[in-house]
Amino acid sequence: MKRFVRVAFAAGLTLAVGAIPAVAGWEPVRPVEFIVPAGTGGGADQMARTIQGIVTKHNLMKQPLVVINKSGGAGGEGFLDVKASAGNPHKIIITLSNLFTTPLATGIPFSWKDLTPVAMLALDEFVLWVNADKPYATAKDYIEAVKQAGGTLKMGGTGSKQEDQIITVAMEKATGAKFTYIPYKGGGEVAVQLVGNHVDSTVNNPIEAVAQWRGGKVRPLCVFDAKPMGYDEPITEGKAWKDIPTCKSQGLDIEYLMLRGIFMAPRAAKDQVEYYVELFKKVRETPDWQEFMKTGAFNTTFMTGADYAKWVETEEKRHETLMKEAGFLASN
Amino acid sequence: MEELANLFHGFAVALQPFNIMVMILGIVLGVIIGVLPGLGGANGVAILLPLTFSMPPTSAIIMLSCIYWGALFGGAITSILFNIPGEPWSVATTFDGYPMAQQGKAGEALTAAFTSSFVGALFAVVMITLVAPLVASFALQFGPAEKFAVYFLAFCSFVGLSKEPPFKTIAAMMIGFALAAVGLDSITGQLRLTFGITELLNGFDFLIAVIGLFGIGEILLTMEEGLSFRGGNAKINLRVVLHTWKEMPAYWLTSLRSCLIGCWMGITPAGATPASFMSYGIAKRLSKRGKKFGHGEIEGVVAPETAAHAAGTAALLPMLSLGVPGSPTAAVLLGGLLIWGLQPGPMLFVEQKEFVWGLIASMYLGNLAGLLVVLTCVPVFAAILRIPFSIIAPLILVLCAIGAYSVHSSTFDVVLMLVFGVLGYLFKKCGYPLAPLVLAIVLGDKAEEAFRQSLLGSQGSLAVFFSNGLVGTIMALGLIALFWSVIQEGYNRLRTVTA
Repeated sequence: MKRFVRVAFAAGLTLAVGAIPAVAGWEPVRPVEFIVPAGTGGGADQMARTIQGIVTKHNLMKQPLVVINKSGGAGGEGFLDVKASAGNPHKIIITLSNLFTTPLATGIPFSWKDLTPVAMLALDEFVLWVNADKPYATAKDYIEAVKQAGGTLKMGGTGSKQEDQIITVAMEKATGAKFTYIPYKGGGEVAVQLVGNHVDSTVNNPIEAVAQWRGGKVRPLCVFDAKPMGYDEPITEGKAWKDIPTCKSQGLDIEYLMLRGIFMAPRAAKDQVEYYVELFKKVRETPDWQEFMKTGAFNTTFMTGADYAKWVETEEKRHETLMKEAGFLASN
Repeated sequence: MEELANLFHGFAVALQPFNIMVMILGIVLGVIIGVLPGLGGANGVAILLPLTFSMPPTSAIIMLSCIYWGALFGGAITSILFNIPGEPWSVATTFDGYPMAQQGKAGEALTAAFTSSFVGALFAVVMITLVAPLVASFALQFGPAEKFAVYFLAFCSFVGLSKEPPFKTIAAMMIGFALAAVGLDSITGQLRLTFGITELLNGFDFLIAVIGLFGIGEILLTMEEGLSFRGGNAKINLRVVLHTWKEMPAYWLTSLRSCLIGCWMGITPAGATPASFMSYGIAKRLSKRGKKFGHGEIEGVVAPETAAHAAGTAALLPMLSLGVPGSPTAAVLLGGLLIWGLQPGPMLFVEQKEFVWGLIASMYLGNLAGLLVVLTCVPVFAAILRIPFSIIAPLILVLCAIGAYSVHSSTFDVVLMLVFGVLGYLFKKCGYPLAPLVLAIVLGDKAEEAFRQSLLGSQGSLAVFFSNGLVGTIMALGLIALFWSVIQEGYNRLRTVTA
């Protein structure tokens, strides 16, 4: 009898040890929800679905990763959902600038500090675009034309009091020119409005406008970054992303990059955060991801841990200042 | 004639055995998705998207677009059998489809719906084949003012062409506008009418409203009438299908008109929902049998279904050629294209010929396969009606609740659905039409957005709505539709005076 117990104990121990993977640490035990606080088809959604595809294709997770769009209230729906899931490690969220702008503009009870930072995946660039049929060859020409028109030239952008309008207001402040800002639902729609000459310029992300650029319908004037983008493969007529000058070199001293980062629900344990950091490191190494970065001309800065949290904090302060200056803060 | 050669090459691609297999698989999955309320085409495609990453892009898009066709077909099934539209564009199908089912003519209604869907889709595909490049440039002319004009026309044709008392229609529509205004105001970025309730951030989702208004409202009415569900004696067999087909050519004029409305609305990014409503409204006014509409007239099923499918199919054209999705499902497909490394836009037709024409060929074949699949299943669907109401009603309730929950995974929505159910019941009891309410919930915020975008662009001048031939014509048509009955009465009076 004693012997049997010992055998059973040994067998149980073996089983238990077998159940724990060789590398100690946390792993998901049910499907992971990947929340997108924006609509289907937009930049964040495309990135989330690409990650989902890469994870499935390369078998990077044992549990499925399920993309869920929660776009209500300019993304507020998604943020509040994750905030309410404290201690649930099976929920991650991809963020864009609305991480800062939505709570500031609408006053919903949310701050990025409610979430657990995981990793910055990339930064999205912003480019000033005009219709290719228009005579403006440089950002200077265009700003001059905007001044001449006295506020009647139209800037199309995604959403109201979000990143596109913040850049527009920053341009007005820097140059004294006045735009009429017209908000649309998504970046793709904005790009087409520019091609159809219903607006005069946009500050679309590269991935939103690249198709129209390749088709020769729109012209990039400058990029809102400290240095030109690093991709030298020609897109159209021998021009590459690299050939777009910085706005600063054109006398338009504005820099704006948008966060594409991952957060977890509040109160995540350290090994759980670690798991996702490792996962995204693996995603970044795949050729599919590198191809995606190239298509969208992303800035591929990667950050985790304290660096990332610090970056987000600085960025939040900057948004608060920018939005305060523009008068975009919620009244309460 | 280069297009024709490309198309035949496309057929060769689409007819490979593996592609035929994914086509049929897609259709079956799509029909199931379409039948379950709440789980619409967009969600279905999004869930199944990762499945396709291992396939070549052409097979993948064939499978996904077939899910889309399947869902379009499937949406009509619950509309007709249970008065629960699975998709926004199936709402107009319930107006005559459900009464037909109640009269024991579910088989005829389903056959008519499927066949007209096929006709509409076929018409749109032929148009895509012939005039693809031309049409793309037409879509570019649509700015906010033009878009508003199209919505305006949809609202006006509903008020002016409806046989309901216009003031009841307008009252219902205004309630719809008020509901549509809840949530984030996309022009100012501020929250409106949410009263601090975070669940209302998103506004009232159309699907939840519809599941409640139609599905739950209908169950409440039936319960009041003593739990009887008419239509249990439906006889369905191949003869019904053939008989219905024999009848259908009589409605060729309605079909053709609906095809044209559908294609036009699909390309101008207004979409399938206004197309189906407008087509129904116009058919009701212009048809000889228009007075019987709403009491189970087969023509009332043909008109919206044809237009919805023509629009749904035509909406893929702006997506491919401009990269603008015309519907939520098209938006998910767009995401898929990018993952497969294809950049939709003006260059797609030049650089990815095999892909584009393979897709277009699969539209022909997918719709044909879809028609065959759903027609053979008509007896199965119609047999559901023979189940006693006391068994089917709880099932419908559960389905409705699951559907409402799955839209945003929120239990608040299930409560909201029940509230809408009571509202739907009250509307029917007081003789107010539900359709204008639904139309306003679906299109109200879009119309408002387009209106305010136009005024921002014109520095506040209303003249923007008559600033060019295109927008002016659509607005004028809208005004004529709005005052149609007044104009007609005036004309009649004038005639009696001169006579």
